Amino acid sequence: MKSREVLIGLLILAGLLVAPTAIYPVFLMKVLCFALFACAFNLLIGYVGLLSFGHAMFFGFAAYIAGHAIKVLGWPTELGLAAATATAALMGLAVGLIAIRRQGIYFAMVTLALSQMVFFFCLQSKFTGGEDGIQAIPRRPVFGVIDIQNDITLYYFVLAIFVAGFLLIYRTIHSPFGQVLKAIRENEPRAISLGYRIDHYKLLAFVLSAGLAGLAGATKVLVFQLASLTDVQWQMSGEVVLMTLVGGMGTVLGPVVGAAVIISMQNYLKGLGEWVLVIQGLIFVITVLVFRRGVVGEIWAAMTRRKPESGPPA
Amino acid sequence: MFELLGVPPQALFGQLFLGLINGAFYALLSLGLAVIFGMLNVINFAHGAQYMMGAFGAWVLLKYLGIPYWGALVIVPVVVGALGVVLERLLLSRLYHLDHLYGLLLTFGLAIIFEGIARYAFGASGVSYENPIPGGVNLGFMFLPWYRAWVIVFSLAVCLGTWLMIEKTKLGSYLRAAVERPDLVQAMGINVPLMITLTYGFGVALAALAGVLAAPVYSVTPKIGAEIIIVVFAVVVIGGMGSILGSVVTGFGLGMVEGLTKVFYPEASNIVIFVIMAIVLITRPAGLFGTAK
Repeated sequence: MKSREVLIGLLILAGLLVAPTAIYPVFLMKVLCFALFACAFNLLIGYVGLLSFGHAMFFGFAAYIAGHAIKVLGWPTELGLAAATATAALMGLAVGLIAIRRQGIYFAMVTLALSQMVFFFCLQSKFTGGEDGIQAIPRRPVFGVIDIQNDITLYYFVLAIFVAGFLLIYRTIHSPFGQVLKAIRENEPRAISLGYRIDHYKLLAFVLSAGLAGLAGATKVLVFQLASLTDVQWQMSGEVVLMTLVGGMGTVLGPVVGAAVIISMQNYLKGLGEWVLVIQGLIFVITVLVFRRGVVGEIWAAMTRRKPESGPPA
Repeated sequence: MFELLGVPPQALFGQLFLGLINGAFYALLSLGLAVIFGMLNVINFAHGAQYMMGAFGAWVLLKYLGIPYWGALVIVPVVVGALGVVLERLLLSRLYHLDHLYGLLLTFGLAIIFEGIARYAFGASGVSYENPIPGGVNLGFMFLPWYRAWVIVFSLAVCLGTWLMIEKTKLGSYLRAAVERPDLVQAMGINVPLMITLTYGFGVALAALAGVLAAPVYSVTPKIGAEIIIVVFAVVVIGGMGSILGSVVTGFGLGMVEGLTKVFYPEASNIVIFVIMAIVLITRPAGLFGTAK
C-alpha cells in the first residue's frame, strides 16, 4: 500500500523532471501552480469537509504582494515569495476566524463574500494597479545565484516549490493532526465529544491552506511576470473548485490531475471565447451528477473494488 | 439650501432612495433563496443567473415580440419559473440524498452556463431597457421618479404576499409542515415531491421577477447575476434564513445602509455589506434573525 504510493509518486516526479523536453515549460509551470493551488484547496474540502468558495483571495492577493515586493520594493525573489505566503497565511487567519463560525453551505457563502470584499479592495487600491495590474515583474536570480530568466531553469525552481508544498500537504494529511481533521469531516459532534477543540484544528488547516494557496499565486507571478484582477475574481475560486472536483476531492493526487485536465482544456479551447465558460459549467454539472468521485477517485474505487475478488477469501 | 450632516439633502435622500431600490432587489432575491433553502435544503447559486435571465427576458420580449413591460412582468417569471421546474426535475432532484454542498456546486455550474450563454447571445456589454413609466414628482427635498416608487411599492407587496401565503394560507401550512417533517406530510397523502418542485419554480420565478423590475433601472449585462448573488449571500448570512420577514427587513435595511455609505464614504460602498457580515458573524454567528444551530 504505502510502497505503491511512493512508487506512483516517484514515477510522476520522474515524468515531471523530463517533461520540459517534450512540453512547453510555461504551460507545465502554469499546471504546477494551479496544481499546488488545488492541493491547498483540497486540504479543506477533502480532509476537513469545508468548502471555501473564496480561495482566489489568497491566491490573487499573494500574487499582488509578491509582484509589489519584487518589482516596486526591489526585494529578492525568495523574499517576495516568503512575504506573499506569510501575508496569505495571515489573511487566512483573519478570514478563518470569521468563517469557521458557520458550517456547510454558510461557510461557502461567507468565504465567497469575504473574497469579493478583497476583490473590491484590490480593484480600488493604488498598489495593485487597478485594471492594469502589476506588469513586467522582473525575474531576479533566486538566492542571488540561480538565474531564472531562462524558462527551463525557472521550471525546475517551480517544480521544487510544488514538490515541497505537495509533500507538506501529504505529511499533514497523514499526521495525527490530519487524522483529527478527517474525524471532524466525518462526524463533527463526535469529534467535539471526544474532547478535540475542533475550531483550533479547522483554523490551523485553514491558515495552512491559505498560505499554500498564496505560495501558488506568488509562484505564478514569477512565471507570467504579471499580477492582475483575474487572480482575485470569484471565477478563480470557482475554477479551483472545478479542478479539485474533476480530479477527485479528498484524494492526494486528484487536484493535480484536475489542474492538468482543466488547464489543458482551457488551452485547447482558447479560440472558443464565451463557450469556455459554458463548457466549464457543463463539466461542473456532469461531474456533480454522475462522476462525483472525480478521475482519481473513480480509478481508486475501481482498483479497490477488484481487490477482494482477486485476493484470498476472507 | 440647507444641509444635513454636511451633505445636501438632494444627494442624501437621492442615495437613500437608490439604496431602498437596491434593498428591494436584495429582499426579493434573499426571500426566494430562503424559500428554496427551506424546502430543498439547496442554496441556489443560479439565483443570480435567473435574475439576469429575467432582465434579458424582458428585453427580448420587447425587442423581438413587441410585448411591453407589463406583459413581461407576468410572462417572464412564468417562463423562467417553468425552466426552474424542469431543472429541478431533471437535475436537482437527483442530489437530495447527498451532502448539501453538491446542490451548491451543481447550481454554480448552471450559473456559469447561463452567464456564458448570455455573453454569447447578448455580448458582454449588454443592453439597456427603456423606462416604462418616465417622469416623476418633485417632493421638495428630492426628486422621486415614478418608476422607482413603483419598484419599491410592488416589491414590498410581493414580499408581503409571499409572507401571507406561507404564514396564513392552507397551502402555506402544508409547506411549513413539509419543511419540518416531509415524511409525515407525505404519509398524510400530500404530494411532497410535487411541492418541492413547485417551491423551486416559485423561488426562481421571484428571481426572474426581480430581474424584470431591475431591467429599466440598471444596464442589463450578463454579469449582473453573479455580482448581485454574492451580495445577496452576505445578506442571507446577516439575516439568517430562518424567517421570511427577517430576510425582507434585512434586504431593505442593508440596501439603505449601502446608499448611506455612498453619500458619506463612497470608497467603502462596495464592501460595506461584507464588513457588516463579518461583524455580525463575530458577534451573533447565527445571524440577526436566525436561531442558533
